[in-house]
Amino acid sequence: MSPELGQVALILALLLSGLQCLLPIIGAWRGSKPLMATASTLAIGQFTFVAMAFGILMWAFATNDFSVAYVAQNSNLSLPLFYKLAAVWGAHEGSLLLWMLILNLWTVALVAFGNRLPEAFFSRVIGVLGFVSFGFLLYMITTSNPFGRMLPAPGNGADLNPVLQDPGLTFHPPTLYMGYVGFSVAFAFAIAALLGGELKSTWVRWARPWTNAAWGFLTLGIVAGSAWAYYELGWGGWWFWDPVENASFMPWLIGAALIHAQAITDKRDGLRAWTLLLSIFGFAFSLLGTFLVRSGLLTSVHAFAFSPARGVFILVYLAVVVGGSLLLYALRAPKVTGGKSFALASRETLMVLGNLMLTVACAMVMLGTLYPLVGEALNIGRISVGPPYFGPLFMLLMTPLVLALPFGPLSRWGKADLTVWKRALARIVAMAVAAGIVGFLFGARGWHQLLGVTAATWVMAGVLFFAIKRWREAPRGKRYPFEMLGMMLAHFGIGVFIAGAILTRSMSVEQDVSMKPGSSVGIGPYAFRFEGVRELPGPNYRAEQGTMVITRDGAPVATLHPQKRTYTGGQVQTEAAIQAGVFRDLYVSLGDPLGDDAWSLRVYDKPFVRWIWGGGVLMMLGGFAVVLDKRFRLKRVEETETIRPHPAPATPRKLAEGEA
Amino acid sequence: MRRLLAVVIVVLALASSAAAFAIDPLPFKDAAQRDRFQNLTRDLRCMVCQDESLLSSNADFAKQLRRQIFDMMQQGKSDRQIKDWLVARYSTFILYDPPLAPSTIVLWFGTPAVLVAGGIVVIVLLRRRTRPADAIAEDAGDDW
Repeated sequence: MSPELGQVALILALLLSGLQCLLPIIGAWRGSKPLMATASTLAIGQFTFVAMAFGILMWAFATNDFSVAYVAQNSNLSLPLFYKLAAVWGAHEGSLLLWMLILNLWTVALVAFGNRLPEAFFSRVIGVLGFVSFGFLLYMITTSNPFGRMLPAPGNGADLNPVLQDPGLTFHPPTLYMGYVGFSVAFAFAIAALLGGELKSTWVRWARPWTNAAWGFLTLGIVAGSAWAYYELGWGGWWFWDPVENASFMPWLIGAALIHAQAITDKRDGLRAWTLLLSIFGFAFSLLGTFLVRSGLLTSVHAFAFSPARGVFILVYLAVVVGGSLLLYALRAPKVTGGKSFALASRETLMVLGNLMLTVACAMVMLGTLYPLVGEALNIGRISVGPPYFGPLFMLLMTPLVLALPFGPLSRWGKADLTVWKRALARIVAMAVAAGIVGFLFGARGWHQLLGVTAATWVMAGVLFFAIKRWREAPRGKRYPFEMLGMMLAHFGIGVFIAGAILTRSMSVEQDVSMKPGSSVGIGPYAFRFEGVRELPGPNYRAEQGTMVITRDGAPVATLHPQKRTYTGGQVQTEAAIQAGVFRDLYVSLGDPLGDDAWSLRVYDKPFVRWIWGGGVLMMLGGFAVVLDKRFRLKRVEETETIRPHPAPATPRKLAEGEA
Repeated sequence: MRRLLAVVIVVLALASSAAAFAIDPLPFKDAAQRDRFQNLTRDLRCMVCQDESLLSSNADFAKQLRRQIFDMMQQGKSDRQIKDWLVARYSTFILYDPPLAPSTIVLWFGTPAVLVAGGIVVIVLLRRRTRPADAIAEDAGDDW
């Protein structure tokens, strides 16, 4: 299949996205049903062409069409097929195409599941998504065409960056983008509400499952990225507050705040303006993340200045989207504060405080991430901002949030029952202290470890207390609706995560050693015996594989085979070998030959490291569980005069199924 | 000229950067010294890498500097003295927690400022929107 067809498909998609932006919005404005009716068709049309372009690029990879420059740069004849397909999003141009495809998937999902929304509102939402799409397609076609030819075609490609030749890569970018781009749906709902001057905030309920789904995907993407860095980089760390990581963490924090703000506005009509603002900022941070990672700005401010077209385009796009949205917000946001009033001690107050801490944490991350870039651009000296800045500040900001977290669900809307608080407090404190003592008896020393155990128990005990109370008080069958289940999973996940993050940091033992075959080294109760290195061929690399036998009190625990691979392009990549466990990982990574048969090796004992990702996975499940709640299935009649005509009104469609 | 040289070094380092992380066996006196060394170098930047700590970087620059820091530790120098020596040689760019200086005021006080501003907004909002508890009707329904 000719790659030029892909180019043509992209251009057709661009034209359709332009129409998708204009026609439905004009239709909604003029009240023209025929114009509004184009929304679904145009969205599906655009999706078809983007999917076609994506398929053509994938085909070019599968068939080794090295006349396509992007394929030649990122593939190789000996690259396994699996990685050839994943290489589609291994570099800049292809990952933008993936971004586009995912935006179109979200739009098509809206067409499929959101078609009971009021027609004018639905048209505006699709129109806003068309605008987002138009900008990105224009960007791709003008600066980042993945179908550019390279003639004469080279006989073989340069190969995919070996860091990316890992199952984690096939997984990490698509899920991360599902999250990033998913926030465009919440954004589109907010802009549609502003455009239409929605007086009621019913739209917030329609937006909630979409926001939760996007946040769930973003959580998964971050977890996958962190796990991938852990085992692929031979580094053993799981988070470095690197700008690329921060870029995905900022929308995550805003998303978490938005989920709660939407809940207040949905249930109590309370934070209409703030919900709108967060919806805008959630997407703005997604764009900022894409911009930071894709503009080359992070490599060097100077590199950015040398080839500015790509960066400047996104910057202008970012300015148009954010500036335009904020202008619209300033003009149209509800001036009258509405909502049911509440007492100072209430779920509302706690959620507002949580929102404050999450947004301030996002501001902190943004400040630390952008400060060195701005400093360099303004020539006020080069500054490094890293883990010792972010870590302590983040912990400080999250402390009040973690302390208050168990009490949010335990408070009623409007006013909290203080006797419930007191009962809960007594039990949570008791459990947290007990956990601290148990930890101490099991050998936890140092305030870090004790703090980790108590803080994690605090959160988890809070969730358990809530679950038990609910079990006793609510009627059978109505005990845990999905929305509540999602909350419980996500909150419990935070507890698991805290345990993992703090305990791993304070209990890990990491040792770089020089070993000869037959020698051994002890870490805690474990003995690591090195048995030498042998060569192994791979499909597109040559590996040196070490053998390490681990025993505990003489009993065998595991035999690990860390590898060091030299790829055809000459790049060297380590593959750590990990004995994974619920309570600890044993981790071996192979270094360099030191002569005389000796090798340098890194051995790790990492207690509780899996809990970090386990907590993340629970949070993700929480986000997805909320989507399934019956409350979010659209009822047939919301506003009779604007309801979209539906040919078969008899069977109400399920909104949520299949979204997760 | 020095600036240009620095740029060239960075570019070369990036071009040749193998993704492998450093594995660098050093003969530590005991576990406490190893922990101290790891904690110190984890918070220092490898000057020639894009975003790696001195502890994990595989660049020659980092290897040499790790060896020097190790030697200083054997001579009984404190973390403070080692950091001062590094800053005198490489500027504060090597520190991942930049010290408070005129150029970092916004960095360090920006977050508290945002927190205070946000806190004031929240207090105003709560004052305007909250009512005494006995003036609020019980929320009917499932409370969820």
